Amino acid sequence: MSLAEILHGLLFDFTLRTVALGAAVLGALAGALGCFAVLRRQSLLGDAISHAALPGIVLAFVLTGSRATPVLVLGAGIAGWLGTLAVLAIVRGGRLPEDTALGIVLSVFFGFGMVLLTWVQGRPDARQAGLDTFLFGQAATVLPADVTLVAGVGSAAALVTVLFWKEFKLLSFDPDYARALGLPMGRVDLLLTGLLVVAIVLGLQMVGVVLMSAMVVAPAAAARQWTDSLRTMVLLAGVLGATAGVTGAALSATARGVPTGPTIVLVASGIVVISLLAAPRRGLVAEVLRAARVRRRIRADAVLLDLYALSRQHARSAHPHALGTLQTMGGRERGVTASLRTLEARGWAAPSAGEHWAITEEGRLRAEHLLRTGVGGEDPKSVEGAEGGAES
Amino acid sequence: MTAMEFEVQLLAVVVAVACALPGCFLVLRRMALLSDAISHSILLGIVLAFFWVQDLASPVLIVAAAATGVLTVALVEALHATRRVKEDAAIALVFPALFSIAVLLIARHAGDVHLDVDAVLLGEIAFAPLRRFAWNGVDLGPRSLWVMGIILLLNAAFLALVYKELKLSTFDAGLAAALGFSPVLLQYAFMSVVSVTAVGAFDAVGSILVVALMIAPPAAARLLTHRLPLLLLLSALIAAASALLGFHVALRLDASIAGCMAVATGVLFFLALVLAPERGALARILLRHRQRLEFAGLMLTIHLLNHEGTPRASEENRLGHLPEHLRWSSDFALRVARHVEREGLVIQGPGDCLELTPLGREAARHLMVR
Repeated sequence: MSLAEILHGLLFDFTLRTVALGAAVLGALAGALGCFAVLRRQSLLGDAISHAALPGIVLAFVLTGSRATPVLVLGAGIAGWLGTLAVLAIVRGGRLPEDTALGIVLSVFFGFGMVLLTWVQGRPDARQAGLDTFLFGQAATVLPADVTLVAGVGSAAALVTVLFWKEFKLLSFDPDYARALGLPMGRVDLLLTGLLVVAIVLGLQMVGVVLMSAMVVAPAAAARQWTDSLRTMVLLAGVLGATAGVTGAALSATARGVPTGPTIVLVASGIVVISLLAAPRRGLVAEVLRAARVRRRIRADAVLLDLYALSRQHARSAHPHALGTLQTMGGRERGVTASLRTLEARGWAAPSAGEHWAITEEGRLRAEHLLRTGVGGEDPKSVEGAEGGAES
Repeated sequence: MTAMEFEVQLLAVVVAVACALPGCFLVLRRMALLSDAISHSILLGIVLAFFWVQDLASPVLIVAAAATGVLTVALVEALHATRRVKEDAAIALVFPALFSIAVLLIARHAGDVHLDVDAVLLGEIAFAPLRRFAWNGVDLGPRSLWVMGIILLLNAAFLALVYKELKLSTFDAGLAAALGFSPVLLQYAFMSVVSVTAVGAFDAVGSILVVALMIAPPAAARLLTHRLPLLLLLSALIAAASALLGFHVALRLDASIAGCMAVATGVLFFLALVLAPERGALARILLRHRQRLEFAGLMLTIHLLNHEGTPRASEENRLGHLPEHLRWSSDFALRVARHVEREGLVIQGPGDCLELTPLGREAARHLMVR
């Protein structure tokens, strides 16, 4: 199916439009709330919550006999919430490391969910069919009523985030300071984790329990590369999450039998890779270019200093010197000409016949300045900027 | 019990023990969630290798899958090394991407791949005995039992071989590096062992339950002991017990064996969390209780010493007055009095007056001086 057909479908096909709307809201919500999880080094909590939700979904079905989304989401929410409490209990009560607690909760809850699922599937009850789409998500099962539910709950979650913005920000960056101010950080933590649980369980129908954690982490990790401001990061993560959701859901809804979760996750992963490479300041490409620029400048400075040293041995400082001499002094053959061209462009060196080079008056002043201050580059900040600000 | 049931149980125990041994070090080295990442991403290796050799029984699949597991660890570390994302986020980014590619490949080629998604998540231990391993026409038992048995021996041999190095680098990585053990080499050797184990177990119990078998029994054992050899032994025992328990429950419920095994590891872990002798919740509650009683008992002896021989002694040192003087509930005061009487520090005098024994007087004086 061509891009034009997909675009046409997004606008005019009822099912596809429903799916895209749902995916957009879910992606935005999970992406925005995921920022806090990523900043607090709790990226894998989302994994534990989404896996822990599985038994809740199946139990909700067993107890009510209903497959309505609100019922299943409620069950998932309760189970996910219990899962986070279990993680806390294991860390505090057993004094075990957090990653161990997360691993136990996600695998044991999921195992229990699978037991329930296989047990339900073994019963002569046709209504259970389709419960297993919650494993990897299936966009086609999303109904307009689901989108309304997701939009309603999602808006409420967004409102809470705006109301508690200051507290969430403090919790993410300096919880000790917040505690010293007298803010109840324990309760704020529970609230923020609660919102994360909400975002995750709402996304399960679309992305599935196995891969939902990626929807929490990927948009946030991508957004982090573009900005240093929390507000921008949360908004951008929301936009990127929505983009991944719509693109992935549309791709999977147009092909037969392709689960939605993996498609959305791959789109989100692609966004992360692009962000890691191409972000203007933190991007890896920008860093490589910056490093090359600095290296070029340092080399040019080294050649300039060599020229200066040579010029000191002659009465007339504009006396030209052979390229070979400069190559020998620099200990390298290649690149010296390139450095000299750079110097020439800055007006610090001038060529003369037969690959000979001389330092100019401006070049002499510059070399003396370099020797006096020991700082390379006319703009020392640009060199320092290349060093700092890399660690997230 | 049929021969098939016996074989499934034996396989379950072997898988569980093979997972628990490297799992101990995963828990101790705080790399528990790498098992989650590896157990998911090996699926990609299996699928790709299958497309290449077109044979689900080929050993190439195991090699390719194990290589993907090591690749996952390398990718996570490379992503972390860019300093653009933290390690936990790196894990959460890498394995969903690899796993997604694998699931989509399976979905696209559903016709020609006999891997379905349920089997990926759950394994098919119940059917394991159907695939036999025969030599010159002689039936030597289920194929996966041989595979897992070899992996178990491999794990045991690896741990025996680098036990000292692994122990040192786990508990004091700096010293290990200073003594000249290459942490990178050891790390990758260990992760290869974890990957191979995950691949073998994956076939039997599926990707997510590998995590349960690798993490929960060692975590339970961790609550029971502080000694590494005992930790390994207890983990293996708990893992084997979970496997058997899970199998029998699954048989009763007619539910997923692997799922029941995971729940069984969870149940045993929960028991350890509550009942462990020193670190368990119950033990800690009892300890706090006893310490509170002991402290209160010493307070009481000091109170008695203070008023001993004063005119108001008979008034102050009456059991009935303790709630007023020491702000205890009368119930708690009675329990404290019983406690110090049992300890031989105090005896009940005339009326309900409490009197210090020489021992109690000595104890109270000693406390006051200190």
